[in-house]
Amino acid sequence: MLRFLTARVGQSVLVLLVASLITFSLVFLLPADPARLVAGPSASVATVNSIRHELGLDQGFVVQYGRYLGHLVQGDLGQSYKQQTGVTALIGSRIVPTLQLMLGAVALELLIGLPLGILAALTRGRWPDRVAMVFAFVGVSAPQFWLALTLVYVLAYDLRMFPLGGYGGLSHLFLPALTLGIGGAGWYARVMRSSLLDVLSRDYIRTARAKGVSARGVVLRHALRNAAMPIISMIGLDIGTFMGGVVVVESVFGWPGLGRLVWDAIRVVDIPVIMGVVIFSAALITLGNLLADALQPLIDPRTRFD
Amino acid sequence: MKLTAAFLSTTLVLGLAHAQQRGGEMTVSYKDDVTTLDPAIGYDWQNWPMEKMVFDGLLDYTPGTTTLVPRLAAKLPDVSADGRSYTFTLRSGVKFHNGRGLTASDVKYTLERVIDPKTKSPGQSFFLGIAGAQAFADGKAKEVTGIKVLSPTRVRITLSAPNAAFLNIMAMNFAFIVPREAVAAAKGDFGHKPVGTGPFTMTAWVSGQSLTFKRNPAYFLPALPYLDGVTVKVGTDPSVAYLGLQRGEVDLLGDGIPPAQFLQAKNDPQLKDNIISKTQVNTSYLSINTQMNELKDVRVRQAINHAVDKTKIIRIINGRGEVARGVLPPLMPGYDKTAKGYDYSPDKAKALLKAAGLASGFSTTLYTNSTDPNPRIAQSIQQDLAQVGIKVEIKSQAQGTVIEAAGSRNTAPLVWSGGMAWTQDFPDPSDFYGPILSCGSAVPGGWNWSWYCDKALDAQAAKADAMTRPAQRAARLKMYSAIFKTLNDQAVWVPIFHEVRYMMHSDRLQGTEAEFVDPIHLIGYERLWVKK
Repeated sequence: MLRFLTARVGQSVLVLLVASLITFSLVFLLPADPARLVAGPSASVATVNSIRHELGLDQGFVVQYGRYLGHLVQGDLGQSYKQQTGVTALIGSRIVPTLQLMLGAVALELLIGLPLGILAALTRGRWPDRVAMVFAFVGVSAPQFWLALTLVYVLAYDLRMFPLGGYGGLSHLFLPALTLGIGGAGWYARVMRSSLLDVLSRDYIRTARAKGVSARGVVLRHALRNAAMPIISMIGLDIGTFMGGVVVVESVFGWPGLGRLVWDAIRVVDIPVIMGVVIFSAALITLGNLLADALQPLIDPRTRFD
Repeated sequence: MKLTAAFLSTTLVLGLAHAQQRGGEMTVSYKDDVTTLDPAIGYDWQNWPMEKMVFDGLLDYTPGTTTLVPRLAAKLPDVSADGRSYTFTLRSGVKFHNGRGLTASDVKYTLERVIDPKTKSPGQSFFLGIAGAQAFADGKAKEVTGIKVLSPTRVRITLSAPNAAFLNIMAMNFAFIVPREAVAAAKGDFGHKPVGTGPFTMTAWVSGQSLTFKRNPAYFLPALPYLDGVTVKVGTDPSVAYLGLQRGEVDLLGDGIPPAQFLQAKNDPQLKDNIISKTQVNTSYLSINTQMNELKDVRVRQAINHAVDKTKIIRIINGRGEVARGVLPPLMPGYDKTAKGYDYSPDKAKALLKAAGLASGFSTTLYTNSTDPNPRIAQSIQQDLAQVGIKVEIKSQAQGTVIEAAGSRNTAPLVWSGGMAWTQDFPDPSDFYGPILSCGSAVPGGWNWSWYCDKALDAQAAKADAMTRPAQRAARLKMYSAIFKTLNDQAVWVPIFHEVRYMMHSDRLQGTEAEFVDPIHLIGYERLWVKK
């Protein structure tokens, strides 16, 4: 297990390195000059050049990337071009809201998706199955922006059950987490349904039934535990999906997380902020996958390492 | 002059004092985060009104107008006979939020800070006309020789050449006075820890959520501000903010009325008193690269001007624009009220193309920012030009990419300026010539996207800028009118519309057009008040 984890941590570092290289190359190749965007329209060419020099943008790719990596290993993510503030501090001020949003979304998608999937599997072909799958389809396909505004209008503005937006306690968290979670819940319902149906058709289930285990016992004690395997991996992968979704959801609900930070940075080609958020997100995703891998053996003894 | 200054200053303080009530707080909402409150760095319409809450400049404008009045200066400066030296006397008793009194050294420090390349100020270029500024910027001098502290309350600024717009430049946010020790104490983060002399102090900034401003009890203009506090909520989607205003959680929509709700709100008689609109001092335009292929021919450029239906474009933006007849917007001094511009006439366009030997048309490319409604506007232009035989390929790209292409020679034949419309930095026509239409700006990385360079016009502009005496003002504006007439005849742009800005406020928040849609500061927080 330790060897496995060490290898996976090594892989993760490599993944982060590759992610940083790809992002840096993409931003470097972008046909837009950050110095000009910082300088603003009224700046003379001399001013733009002096800003380019101050930011080190007049150096070649290798020098710029090398310098970036050098700072990175010392834990320095640089300074925002636009805000002229440390990127580490900026990310630090936005981590907690994004993590809260992700946790809330994961909790809601599991709470909604898993029971729906189980219900669908157990009522296969009948109307509850069909209703659950239609919900899953709509949840997966609904555009997040539309979903967010609809939820705000109906639940917050019309029914006044929640605040209109902003950051705060659970009442503020619920709608953005639900927006993010509904799509995921659809996926979880589908995966849970097919996984459970697959498990229920296995020989050991038939054996359990033959031994006289009750229908409820078969599902709870034997089938669910095995059917949950793909779900664990999905949660790990979900963090990656969320990083894309949070940009929209955070923007609509005024949630002060990383999604909004990076969106604003992309608009003005604020390279240090874009790089910082990408690297941080990549670290979060690899960590999520690492945790999923570490958790799997606890649930399924067959995947244990000695 | 003294009497006028005193009168204007008093007007500034008293304003419409009979109506306002003192006290109370307001909330304004914005979609985007505020990047910085450092006046040397912030350079957009969202930053500027907030910077104005915390800082003051030596000069300001009478609210709602383009008339210069003293602010931190005790009076308008004494100008030397050659129009190059300006001596400012500071108002006495002004204190920074940290309690220290304002001195002339702060003025010198502030301007040198903007000019210093290390500050990376987008305003640097405006101040390079001060004698010795270029040498200081190039690292060849330790100070700007043209800024002399004469006494703790007097400072003289000398220019390398006379510039009639210099006082306007001194009224810009970049010249708002900052205290050296507070900048140093903020350790590179003055933008988040601003200290000025302004009517409000910033008391809290929660990243990505809100900024809180409280009244400065020791403000040197005792009547101001009327409000006890202002909360700026950031990150709120405009549609959600609109709902928040209906519910009384928001008092002012910083981003204006969201497009989806615009017609409904505008046509609602109950909301009539809550909506204030004014044409902005800006111009959205289609630039025509005068150095590229068929577009080198003035007749082709004139044909394009006749071919574009501006009223259709204004319909696309829900009527939030006024048809442009030239480069200058109506509120800009020097605007020619008699100018008719090019009328919409596909027939005239076809005739001009025929005269240019292009009766069967030609193909070209139009660059546009990819944010709605700009691609739709580009399509409208594409359809109009197709009517006269000009086949247009649209390149819809990120704003930074469009700026890069437009600022590269022989790359972008046509550029729709949507999202980057030219808005005044200060109310002087030179701001609509030098940075965007002069030879100096027709360089790689410059903002002259027409790549039009007429040395005679440059000389005329330089001559006009040297006319610094008030008595020469009318003649100077006439010269600028002539410059813009030439540019219009040369059809270097298709000036399309001047934006009409609509602001919507709650029932309790009170103010006039001068406070809600000020041509210079956009929002005059210090003069807004709430009904109790």
